Amino acid sequence: MQEYFYLLLSEIYKILFLLVPVLVSVAMIVWLDRRVWAFVQKRKGPNVVGPFGLLQSLADALKYLFKEIIIPASSNKIIFILAPIVTMTLALIAWAVIPFSEDFVVADINVGILYIFAVSSLGVYGIIMGGWASNSKYPFLGSIRSAAQMVSYEVSIGIIIINVLLCVGSLNLSDIVLAQEKIWFIVPLFPMFVIFFISALAETNRPPFDLPEAEAELVAGYQTEYSGMMYAMFWLGEYANILLMCSLGSILFLGGWLSPINIYPFDLIPNPIWLILKILLLFILFSLVKAIVPRYRYDQLMRLGWKIFLPFSLFWVVLTASYLLYFNLLPVI
Amino acid sequence: MKISRILKTIFLVDFLTGLSIALKELFKAKKTINYPFEKGKISPRARGEHALRRYPNGEERCIACKLCEAVCPAQAITIDSVERPDGSRKTTRYDIDMLKCIYCGLCEESCPVDAIVQGPNFEFATETREELYYNKEKLLANGDRWESVLAANIKADSPYR
Repeated sequence: MQEYFYLLLSEIYKILFLLVPVLVSVAMIVWLDRRVWAFVQKRKGPNVVGPFGLLQSLADALKYLFKEIIIPASSNKIIFILAPIVTMTLALIAWAVIPFSEDFVVADINVGILYIFAVSSLGVYGIIMGGWASNSKYPFLGSIRSAAQMVSYEVSIGIIIINVLLCVGSLNLSDIVLAQEKIWFIVPLFPMFVIFFISALAETNRPPFDLPEAEAELVAGYQTEYSGMMYAMFWLGEYANILLMCSLGSILFLGGWLSPINIYPFDLIPNPIWLILKILLLFILFSLVKAIVPRYRYDQLMRLGWKIFLPFSLFWVVLTASYLLYFNLLPVI
Repeated sequence: MKISRILKTIFLVDFLTGLSIALKELFKAKKTINYPFEKGKISPRARGEHALRRYPNGEERCIACKLCEAVCPAQAITIDSVERPDGSRKTTRYDIDMLKCIYCGLCEESCPVDAIVQGPNFEFATETREELYYNKEKLLANGDRWESVLAANIKADSPYR
């Protein structure tokens, strides 16, 4: 009994050690996003609350906490309340398998990549539930769009992941990182990295694929009827998802926690720092893209997903597989 | 479609050009000013909060001709007047409903003695509606407070009137 209790306690400690930094960094990353966006437009962005405006997200969260939560009279109340909870929970539980260094990962499971893939696919339910339960036209249209969009781009992300898996021979994320000790997968699989990045934008509803919340047409898409802390939870979940996609990108293609140059002063920097730096780099790219691109039209979005990305990544799977087979480079399992 | 166009699309040329421009803009000087701490320049013609001016000897300029009341398109101005023992007309009441006012500047233009003017102050938000129903005391106080600026502005703008 006692040892189970201690085991449970140590697990909870590990989870908190992961989730608290993730939540804090989500708040920071919202600030970074707004700052980068503003800087590209020659504005200053939030710079008043705290040093450099770093505490802006905290102030916003506090404001959301004190706002009234309005539940529309004609909504399906249970699902309406459940939707933001689902979004946020799913965005957070996927972090369990992200390896920050060789020995720091909450759940070192052998199907880690499948787990992440499954959880991020479930993410679409939060949005569909929110849009449907609101019982209002704009949220409904937004959730239909996002369902179609996220499902389409998930397919091409899945096939891109197959490319990486072919080179690694394991579904364990730590193994994927360790397989990149010689060369990061971004070098041989560069086109796949580009497609992964674009699909990740679509997967997290970022511009130019922010159709589900297209504020010009749909008010705020599936979030229209939400207010107060429930809106904040959608918002937190969204950014946690973006961070997750960035970390997935850096694990699959940028060598995860591995240091880019393995010589004296650089190998002293602890491994998690390298992963965080890579995540930040990808995230800044995410925000830059947000600042420069216009929104896709719905049919363009579907065409890009199904007619270009899917065939191209399938073709690349065949190419990678044939190359590995021909040169006898297939990983030994 | 031309081959060059297709190649451009495949290699994301337009996107990368945009990205490089964004990266350049990222490090340029910012155009924003930190508003409550630093403020932009205001034209002498700016139409902000109203004020009733006085002559240097302390006498009110307003002669209760009611031109501003007549010209006001929003009918925000209400004036009552009385004749003084010396035969001059003076206002007993000069109210401006700042919530009705559309800040068109016609009152200032119609005034023959430069009594009612719109100053450069635009930061007079209040927490209740009642505080924005300005009466004569408030307007005269505004005039006393902003007189130096108001006089300078009227002088600076006079060649164009």
